This record gives sequence, C-alpha cells and structure tokens, in this order.
Amino acid sequence: MVQYPSMTAEVLLQGILSGLLMGLVYALIAAGLSLIFGLMEIVNFAHGEFLMVAMFTSYWAWALWRLDPLLSLPLTVCLLFALGAATYWGLIRWILDAPMLAQIFATFGLAVFLRSTAQALWGVDFLVVKNPLVEGRVSVAGLFLGLPQLVASVGSLAAFAGLHWFISRTETGLALQATAQDRQAASLMGIDTQRMFALGWGIGAGCVGVAGALLSMFFYIFPEVGVTFSLLAYVAVAPGGFGNVPGTLVAGVVVGLVEVLGGLLIAPALKYAVVFAIYLVVVLWRPQGLFGRF
Amino acid sequence: MRSLLGPLAAFGLLGAALAFPLVFTLPYPRDVMIRIFLYAMLATAWNVLAGYCGQISLGHAVFFGTGAYSSTVLLRQDWLGVWASPWIGMALGALLAALLSQVIGFPVFRLRGHYFAIATIAVGEIVQTVVINWDAVGGARGLFVPIKRPDSLANFQFHESKQTYYYIALALLVLAVGISRWIVRSRTGYYFRAIREDQDAAAALGIPVARYKQRAMAISAALTAMGGTFYAQYVFFIDPESVLPLSLSILVCLVAVLGGVGTLWGPILGAAILVPLGEVTRVQLGGTGKALDLVIYGLLIMVVSVVQPGGIMALLQRGSRRS
Repeated sequence: MVQYPSMTAEVLLQGILSGLLMGLVYALIAAGLSLIFGLMEIVNFAHGEFLMVAMFTSYWAWALWRLDPLLSLPLTVCLLFALGAATYWGLIRWILDAPMLAQIFATFGLAVFLRSTAQALWGVDFLVVKNPLVEGRVSVAGLFLGLPQLVASVGSLAAFAGLHWFISRTETGLALQATAQDRQAASLMGIDTQRMFALGWGIGAGCVGVAGALLSMFFYIFPEVGVTFSLLAYVAVAPGGFGNVPGTLVAGVVVGLVEVLGGLLIAPALKYAVVFAIYLVVVLWRPQGLFGRF
Repeated sequence: MRSLLGPLAAFGLLGAALAFPLVFTLPYPRDVMIRIFLYAMLATAWNVLAGYCGQISLGHAVFFGTGAYSSTVLLRQDWLGVWASPWIGMALGALLAALLSQVIGFPVFRLRGHYFAIATIAVGEIVQTVVINWDAVGGARGLFVPIKRPDSLANFQFHESKQTYYYIALALLVLAVGISRWIVRSRTGYYFRAIREDQDAAAALGIPVARYKQRAMAISAALTAMGGTFYAQYVFFIDPESVLPLSLSILVCLVAVLGGVGTLWGPILGAAILVPLGEVTRVQLGGTGKALDLVIYGLLIMVVSVVQPGGIMALLQRGSRRS
C-alpha cells in the first residue's frame, strides 16, 4: 500500500489551489471548443490533437532554437490559428449541412490523422522542455505554488479575458455572435459568414495554442497527450452549455477542483472517473448546461 | 433478376468464405480473415444502434470488454469444472453486456446527437479507469486466459490450427448479419429508422422511443460482447488497454463508417478494406509504433465524410444506378 499524506486542512488547501490553477488552463481549452460549437453546432473532436500540435510546436522551438515555450508562444498561437482556419477551409466547410454522423467523423478522422502522424514523425516517447525560463516554486503562507503552473493559469486567464473582450466588444466579435445566432440573417446583413466560421475555427484553435504553449512548460509532451485534455474539455464545456464561452471559465475551474479533490478524497487513480461521473450527473440533470442559454 | 442477385451474391461469398481455409492453410492468411470477420461483426453490432437507430455510441469497447472479461474470469474459476466453459462465458457476457447497456442507456439516452456521443465516451473512460484499478480482475496487469488441453470445440481453444477459430468467427459474423437483416425487415427496424430520421416525429406517431433505443442498445451490446469473448479465447491475454480503450470503440465505428453506416454490407466491406490495409502498411512500411495505418485511416475517414457520408456502399449504389 502506498501511504498517502494524511488529510489535513493544509493538504486540502494545497489541493484546491493546484486544482484551481489547472482548472484555468482547462477552461481556456474548453473555451475554444465552446466557441466553435456555438458558432456552427459542430463538436471539434480533434481539439485535443490541436493541443498536442501546439505542445509539439513549443517543444521543437525549444529543441531546435532553444526558444522557451513562453517566448515561442506567439509563433505557436499563429500556427494554431492557421491550423484551425485551414481545418475549416479544407474540411469543415464541406460538411456544414452534412448528416451529424459525417460531422462527427470528419473531425474524428482529423484527430486520428494528426495523432498518428505525430506518432510516426516523432515517436511515442514522453518529451519535456528542460530548463524552462520559469521554474521552481514559491511558498505562500505554508502552501506551495509551482511557478510554471502559476504562469500558465495567469496566462490562461489573460487569454480568456482577451477572448471575452474580443467577442463582446469588437465589431468582428459582434459579427461572430451574429453569425452564431442566425447564419442567414447575418449573411443578409453583409457579414461574410464563411470568413466568420474560418475566424471562429482560427480563434478556437488559437486558444488551444496558448494553452498548449503554457502547458509545455511543465507537462509531458507525447502524441496522445491531447486525449485526456480534450475529454476534460468536453466535460468543462457541457456544464457551461455548449456555445457559452464565459460559462466554461467557471466549469473549467470546477473540473480542475473536482479532479484534485476526487483524487484526494476518493483515490488518485480514480480521479478522472470521478470527473466523468460528475459530468454525467450534470448533463443528465440539466442537458442544456448549468448556465445554459438554449 | 435484381431480387435474385443479392441472395446469390451473399451465398456465393459465404461459399467462398467457407472454402477459404481449405485453400489457404497457412496461419497468416487465416489470421487476417479471422480479424476481418471479427471487426465486421463488431461493426455490424455497432451499426444496429448507430446505423439503424441513429444513436452514435463511441463507447462500445465497454461491451467488448464485458464479453472478454466475463468469459476469462469465469474460465479462471477451476472449481466450476465444465461450467466454466468459455461458451457459457460468452452467453453470460452477452447477457451482462445487455444488462449493462440498459443501466448505461437509461441515463445517456436522455441526451441527443453530439451530447450522446460525448456521454458514451465518458462512460467508456469511467469503465476503463475502474477496471484498471480493480485488482480482482487483474487491474492494469490484465488476465491470462488459462490454457486448456486438448484442442476441442468444448474448450474453445485451438493451439494446433486456426481453422476452427476461422469458422467460429465466420459463424459469429453470420449470426450478427442475420440478426441485423432480421431487424431491418421487422417492425422493430422500421421503428429504429423512424427514430433515426426524426425522434420527435417518431414519438408523435406513438413509437415508444426510449424503449426502442434501449432495445437497439441491448442487441448491439450483446453481439459486441460475444466478439469480446472470441477475442479473449483467440489472443489468450486481455487487459484494459487492449479490450477497453477508446481507440477500439473508434476503430469499430471507422469500419462501419468507411463501408457504409446503416447498410447491411457496409460493415463487412469496411472491415474487408481496413484490416488488410492495416496489414499492408505494417508489412510495407514497417516499424513498430509507427502508426502509419492509422494515418491512412484518418485520411480515409475525412475523405469519406466529406465526399460521401454514406460510405463506400453509397458510392457503389450510385455507380450501379448510373449504369
């Protein structure tokens, strides 16, 4: 038997804190998913693979040019934006009115393709970025905070705020919202809906680009890394309601907390099972999401 | 003439399949055929729920695992004597999977479309995590299937030749296709398709939607579990990574989607293409861990989704109508 640290208020607080930090990153990943779904009612099953691509971009920027993930972040985001937009133009555009099955499997096919291509190119080993710019930890009132985690969560929060500002305050953002509400009416108002869809995919993937770059400071990088993260993102999107971007912030943090607390209070090995079980309870109780708008 | 062509082709293929092991006596071609039958059978089972009833499950590995674990755990109980037979295990597994599918279905069928698909992924992940941590069934280490001598149908183990495995796999496929065909032509099949096309309209016409979805899930789960038992008896080792992963659930869907969802022959066609394709890429391009067959699968699925969501069957039908 492994001895777990005894359950004290300190351990609990520490857990809540790290769950909170991780939850903010989950929220950012989920926000991209939610944005795309809100725009065109298509679930991007390749979302986790976008994250994987972002993390490998950070890794190679470090491995080839010794660029820290934080410094190569703009590059990663641009690349992911391009990947998202290209996915729209090359794949999604053709299945907008296709049966749901085709919509699900188009992005599933993309996921399988990206994952196995990464595996063929770079192998299945776990890679890490060594000696990142930010490392170590700080101690606040007896609690320890990993600095990379702290930077990642603050960065995610900043990206989230930027996204929210863009959607709700800029003209392009309003055009995005209009397209989400009614495609035809929007196009009658002179909005180029095709461009909006491509933009939505670009931004959705860009969010993942930020998250991937931040995660690669402290997380292992391997072809299947996206699977767990994308599952957690689906979970984080559902309670907020698909298409409800601000709602995913709360939901993402909740997922982070449930993951840590489930691990602490029940069993570490079962933490994801706890998250998924709670997800099932939530969607059954309120299929439209806790803060659902449709 | 056309009405005769279908059955004739079916019996011709069946005859060819029956004669195959007599011509090809080496283990390798037989193994490829066995895996084609197994995947075709699993995809046919999935097709009952997803293709005809329109409920896209991405968690069918749960039922496959149920079948594999039921028979293996039973077979390891020496004190049961002949009652531990894998055949009983197969029946038990199918029953358990059907029961489990009702427990799972009761909540998840309240969801629709994408939500349903994601919920089934979540169920699959929960089950896999639980089994990984369940020491009584081997946990993450998995279970070896006890070796029984001599080779016999009663023991459901054949170490000398793959021939009997071949015929068992073929029989399972014929069973699955037979059930599928029977469903398509029965009232149940019409109900399934009505639910697939428009759930609300089906309910308005008096179809008990929830009950029929559950029925589709039970049939699909039981058949999938039988495939799971076959896999365990064929490979002799099972663990959560081989019989319960999300990738297995997806592979089964890919087979059906490529061939043609909602058609009788689609899953068979899909398996007949994907399994040899996997073999060819593995032999030609080689290298362990280089998932090149999956690169091609992924591309194929994207192309099929965009060009012809009905799969290859729809392409063929379009072609034959034109000529």
